[in-house]
Amino acid sequence: MTETTSMQLVPTLSEEELRLIDAEIAHVPYRSAVAIDALKIVQQHRGWVSDESIKAIASYLDMSADELDGIATFYNLIFRRPVGDKVILLCNSISCWIKGCDGLQQKITEQLGVQFGETTSDNRYTLLPVTCLGACDKAPVMMVGEELHEDVAESSIVRILGGSTEP
Amino acid sequence: MPTIRIDGVEYEVQAGKNLLESCLSLGLDLPYFCWHPAMGSIGACRQCAVVQYQSEEDEQAGRGRIVMGCMTPVSDGAIFSLDGDRAREFREAIVESLMLNHPHDCPVCAEGGECHLQDMTVMVGHRDRHYRGRKNTHRNQYLGPLLNHEMNRCIACYRCTRYYRDYAGGTDLAAMAAHDHVYFGRHEEGILESEFAGNLVEVCPTGVFTDKTLVHDYTRKWDLQSAPSVCVGCGVGCNTLPGERYGRLKRIHNRFNVEVNGYFLCDRGRFGGGFVNNQQRLDYPGLRGDDGRYNAVDHHQALQHMAEACRNARVAAIGSPRTSIEANFLLRQLVGTDNFCPGFTELEQTLVNLALELQQQSSAVIADIRSVESADAVLILGEDLTNTAPRLALAVRQSVRNKAYEMAAGLGLETWQDAAIRNLAQDRRSPLFIAASGDTRLDDVAEQHLSLAPQDVARLGFEVAAAIRGGGGVGNSDTAAGRIAAALMEAKRPLVISGTSSGSPQALQAAAAVAEALAGAGHRPMLNFTVPEANSLGQAMLTGSAAPSLEAIAERCDRGEIDTLLVLENDLYHRTPAALADRLLHSDSAIIAVDGLDNRTTSAARLVLPAANFAETEGTLVSLEGRAQRHYPVFLPQGERRPSWVWLLACMKELGHPTATDLHQFDDITRACAATVPALAGITGAAPDHHFLNVGVKIPRQPHRYSGRTAMRADISVHEPKQPEDEESPLAFSMEGLNRWQPGALLPFVWAPGWNSNQSLHRFQSEVGGPLRGGTAGMRLLGAGTTGPTAAIDPPPSFTPVEGRWQLVARHRIFGSEELSALSPGICELVEPGFVEMRGADAHGLGLTEGDGVELDAGLATLAVKINDSIPPGCLGYAVGHAGTANLAAGASVSLAKATNWQRPPQVISTDRSGGGHV
Amino acid sequence: MSLDRPLTRNVRADRSPTDMAAYEANGGYQGLKAAVGKLSPADCLEILKDSNLRGRGGAGFPTGMKWSFVPMGDKCSPGDKYLICNADEMEPGTFKDRLLLECDPHQLIEGMIVAAYTLQANVAYIFIRAEYFKAAALLREAIAACHQKNYLGNNILGSDYSLEIHIHASAGRYICGEETALISSLEGKRANPRAKPPFPQVSGLWGRPTIVNNVETLCNVHHIIERGADWFKSLGLTEDAGTKMYGVSGRVKRPGCWELPMGTPVREILEEYAGGMADGYSLKGFLPGGGSTDFLVGEHLDLAMDYETIGKAGSRMGTGTMIILDDKTCPVGFVKNLIEFFARESCGFCTPCRDGLPWSAQVLDDIQHGRGRDEDMDTLARQVKFIGAIGNTHCALAPGAMEPLQSAMKYFPEAFEQHIQGSCRHCSGGGH
Ligand SMILES: Cc1cc2nc3c(=O)[nH]c(=O)nc-3n(C[C@H](O)[C@H](O)[C@H](O)COP(=O)(O)O)c2cc1C
Ligand code: SF4
Ligand code: FES
Repeated sequence: MTETTSMQLVPTLSEEELRLIDAEIAHVPYRSAVAIDALKIVQQHRGWVSDESIKAIASYLDMSADELDGIATFYNLIFRRPVGDKVILLCNSISCWIKGCDGLQQKITEQLGVQFGETTSDNRYTLLPVTCLGACDKAPVMMVGEELHEDVAESSIVRILGGSTEP
Repeated sequence: MPTIRIDGVEYEVQAGKNLLESCLSLGLDLPYFCWHPAMGSIGACRQCAVVQYQSEEDEQAGRGRIVMGCMTPVSDGAIFSLDGDRAREFREAIVESLMLNHPHDCPVCAEGGECHLQDMTVMVGHRDRHYRGRKNTHRNQYLGPLLNHEMNRCIACYRCTRYYRDYAGGTDLAAMAAHDHVYFGRHEEGILESEFAGNLVEVCPTGVFTDKTLVHDYTRKWDLQSAPSVCVGCGVGCNTLPGERYGRLKRIHNRFNVEVNGYFLCDRGRFGGGFVNNQQRLDYPGLRGDDGRYNAVDHHQALQHMAEACRNARVAAIGSPRTSIEANFLLRQLVGTDNFCPGFTELEQTLVNLALELQQQSSAVIADIRSVESADAVLILGEDLTNTAPRLALAVRQSVRNKAYEMAAGLGLETWQDAAIRNLAQDRRSPLFIAASGDTRLDDVAEQHLSLAPQDVARLGFEVAAAIRGGGGVGNSDTAAGRIAAALMEAKRPLVISGTSSGSPQALQAAAAVAEALAGAGHRPMLNFTVPEANSLGQAMLTGSAAPSLEAIAERCDRGEIDTLLVLENDLYHRTPAALADRLLHSDSAIIAVDGLDNRTTSAARLVLPAANFAETEGTLVSLEGRAQRHYPVFLPQGERRPSWVWLLACMKELGHPTATDLHQFDDITRACAATVPALAGITGAAPDHHFLNVGVKIPRQPHRYSGRTAMRADISVHEPKQPEDEESPLAFSMEGLNRWQPGALLPFVWAPGWNSNQSLHRFQSEVGGPLRGGTAGMRLLGAGTTGPTAAIDPPPSFTPVEGRWQLVARHRIFGSEELSALSPGICELVEPGFVEMRGADAHGLGLTEGDGVELDAGLATLAVKINDSIPPGCLGYAVGHAGTANLAAGASVSLAKATNWQRPPQVISTDRSGGGHV
Repeated sequence: MSLDRPLTRNVRADRSPTDMAAYEANGGYQGLKAAVGKLSPADCLEILKDSNLRGRGGAGFPTGMKWSFVPMGDKCSPGDKYLICNADEMEPGTFKDRLLLECDPHQLIEGMIVAAYTLQANVAYIFIRAEYFKAAALLREAIAACHQKNYLGNNILGSDYSLEIHIHASAGRYICGEETALISSLEGKRANPRAKPPFPQVSGLWGRPTIVNNVETLCNVHHIIERGADWFKSLGLTEDAGTKMYGVSGRVKRPGCWELPMGTPVREILEEYAGGMADGYSLKGFLPGGGSTDFLVGEHLDLAMDYETIGKAGSRMGTGTMIILDDKTCPVGFVKNLIEFFARESCGFCTPCRDGLPWSAQVLDDIQHGRGRDEDMDTLARQVKFIGAIGNTHCALAPGAMEPLQSAMKYFPEAFEQHIQGSCRHCSGGGH
């Protein structure tokens, strides 16, 4: 029964996604152990993890959608709602706070018109807070996509974010 | 036994326990939430904190550190403080933290008055609120017609998901999110899939999961009148506590019996009693006039008519395997042994008697639930236990954990260290093999599931037995039988389970043969058989295999040999194909039906006597493991409804029947039956008789806060009426008396000072999780036999599919296969329309897809098709007991054709989609 | 080749990564060659025990002792145990592992091979935080390069020892750094910590014996095996042997991270390496080793930065990366930021942490924004007592969270009082 259902659902995962998930499965003793990797793989391809993705991944990993959702919603970097093309991870932990991350946040909000947790109307950016990025000597820091920006000054926000999306 | 010191007092405690359970066993109040006696410890809530000292100096110096009672083993010489300020302040702080986001909605909460969180709040003395912030709120989910979800009340103890997933094997409830946003629910709204979801009502320490059928018809625990009862949903015989108010059955809770059901019921048992309030309930005797219509008569007239019909007439009777031994016994006395049919069809009679005889003879241990849970290798032949004996399935599910316990023992971990043991064992399990005609709900934990036609299920069993006997075949890992034999031989406590549900006597014989082979090889195997109904085994004990079957009675009806046919609590149209029921009920005999609900059988009767149901009368039932158990009326029947035994006894007196002379009370019948029927000699031991007094007084059915009797009747009179006397039992219909220290069979509710919730149970147990102080309820009538079955039995020929024909195999459903529970609110929404299950290829060949109609044997039945590739080739599953399947019988061979003019049955639309409920 | 700075000898000024060729040219993989197939695992363990290496992940537990709890030889079927590198670095104010990972990935791989060999584990994992994309890519490259040279894979360098290293990039959540939560997460589950006992050394990943070590810890291992315990001990200035990655962040002239002898005095780190306080700022206090350590103040500047000394002073050396509280930054805001962090990162399993931390954060927020009341100080004190002791909670996250709060209340009570009275000199201006 499980197999028939998974056959119906798997096609919603692309071949590329399945190939990457299979590669992870090879390292672990049971399929559901790659739940987090699989969520990340799908997120990498689709930007976020929809309810349909949850069901498709769960059935591919022989687990229930409920269990997988419990895992997906635990981790803050699994996005269960659509995000913009790039996610801005603004560090607001202690060293960056000392060095003025609140000001950066305000500046970004002015620039993009979004608060923490929100996505710009043109869908380019989603702004999220993040735990200490391990670059405290270069505080304040933020990541845009996979790129780390160090010693960020309020004045450099416009440059980093490409100057668009005035509110 | 280790000695520990708590607040300066030394106690001897049991080794291998944790401090929390030890304290509770000692009667010391230590609050807790996440720990559960059946589920062990995880240390999440931190409520059970105590201070532990390393040494006496440590204690004197007031050092010591906070530890969790539930995570701390009791070791000799350990020193603790429960009462010290530090431990107390900590525990109060825990409740205060839990209360930050709790909505304080006790007045409108269905848990109010029996809420563990309320109890613990009072116990720790938390009163003043310091928090000034906002509360987190959550959205609730629709979880189906049985359970209500109110997440705001959640204290995140993780019990629900641990119970639902880890214990009961459900997959559709999970902990979501993190930090103070944790949420316990489903991925999407929808009906909870587990057959054991209802236990969440009792597992949740607050009001997140509550009984939706109660919420709609609400009464607080302290206003419920309740009595010890036994579930009539299946043969397991779980002990229950039904609660009543205003003459309505309000809810059913679990009644702890360490050997039968422990802490848990299945949802058929918990929610399936609602038929008691059904609108089809009969309140007055009805006599059919010449115009064919019923006229209500009073009970004197009814009795006159009944006696008249029996006097100087050829009378036969059909009893019922779902009602008490006493009623059946009286009926048999009334009509005579030769004229008494136990209510079985021929096949059922063969099966049930075989189940009885094989168990009587077998040298295997007939397993109670604790033994089932202790099994370290299990073979199930032909049963989808979750749907045929649900509580037993839950026990088998625990048995596969014995591998984990074994691994844990290697590391010195105690069994209560739940999370640690699960992490250690991961998916390693003790072997469970299931051979059945289609998938079963235990397949997820089975080492192997073999889908075979019933004949082949039996053959496999015989092969396993042969492999064990032959020695050589054992360990032949090429064959399933070899692997199963090897696993059973390797086990210390092997268990074989089969039953009557597949309609295959050979399956029973095969199972007994495996057990015998194991015994022959020096094992002490365990054996269990399911039976169809709550008193099937009692009925077989009463009547034996020679009693006339329904078919035999029908023949006599056909021949006109019966003037009057008495039918006791048995809807023949539910039990047998319509053709047979017609022969029984529409011959020239006058039909007198004694039953609780209006049904097709009562509609065929000339005289209908309204019978009290299980909640309104006493009775003894014999469960599948041969345990005689007594149930008591929770409340007295209204109108002219009487217990069946009362009707029958009155009739016998009316007739001046000689065997009735000395019978006056219920106990007299039990005693007479025990004296007359050797197999039932033990039933008087099921419970104390009505003379029993508990320290000089009766046992109250009402808790001492039971309120408002006067108010209930204020529109009639402000004078409180005298409560009815109960002359038949040691229980009283009042709050006067003593609900402590009594025999285990007489526990009407659990409550103890400071413990309003069901967690008060430990105050009635000899130790936490152990038997009730007053002893375990019920009397085992089956001891281990010694001889083993005598005759060697040849395996049946293997099944060969015949082109164009399909063999019917029985498919049971927890909701729908049993007649009465299916009439209960909530459950009735979950009963599927009748269906057949077939392989995709078979369906394809006939041009059928899921949901299409298929006609069986030109007119035998027309049913919706479900595709299920687990059905063995050549077989066709059919939904036992469901609408449209009454004419089908397991084993029959049918042809199939796509039904023309088929309309898909309408989807059942839930009457209530609201998530959060209000009282 | 600088022998007294073994961990950073390959670190370049521009922080560009060292590849296989450069790593080997500078003496790389000699530890591997000295150990695998040459020394017995038991000998390696002895050396390591002798070396006095203590875990660099924060708790400072002696590494050799931790490893000695792993069942060896017949007591455990081969390949049935695991080594995990904890590269989840998320402790607020901690930025040492990133440096090691990004500048010298081979060093970690070599340390892991020697460690796994010592433990006779055939599979090892690197659990790396999600945001360390660059480090993860470099590690993947390094692993591939090792396979080419047969430093990884089957029968390493002709020995009968085989090892695979897999990388697991996390999906967020600080709690994953806690070693048992990390194991839960690696198993694909919610990262709830596990109660101990059983310790991971006997029942860890997939129920098997497992060792979790910090990046920095593992980077030391092959150096020790190659050069010996005495050499390692000689590197440190105090009992706690070796060198340590120390860091300073906050308003100092040159925030940064340096490998220095274990036990280097705080003042030296702060003044010589970090260049002292930034102009216009003076020191008010500091957290010696990350966001979950207790404040120390000026009087502690001359203490040696090692586990013992800092522990005796009432704090913990933790990760060895200091966070400086300057005189213009409000201590209330400072601890509120930390408590909010820990409240947000609570896994939600146990009550004091899940519900207690948000309450503490709420009280601090009230105080910070002028809604404070006198009794709030009592509330905070009660919370500290309630949450702040190991054992009160299921894991060490919440007690760690209470450390900066309790010490701030001890050293800077006036900051709280001024706030409650509405007169904080830091915050009245609107800044911090
Ligand atoms: C909440 C919490 C977070 C932690 N985070 C990390 C971390 O990010 N990296 C790390 O190496 N250790 C972290 N630890 C310590 C680990 O639990 C563990 O002690 C360490 O990885 C062991 O390595 P070591 O013995 O080499 O120090 C954390 C501990 C706690 C309680
Ligand atoms: S202290 Fe408790 S809630 Fe907090 S992170 Fe640890 S286990 Fe989770
Ligand atoms: S009952 Fe002990 S921690 Fe919950």
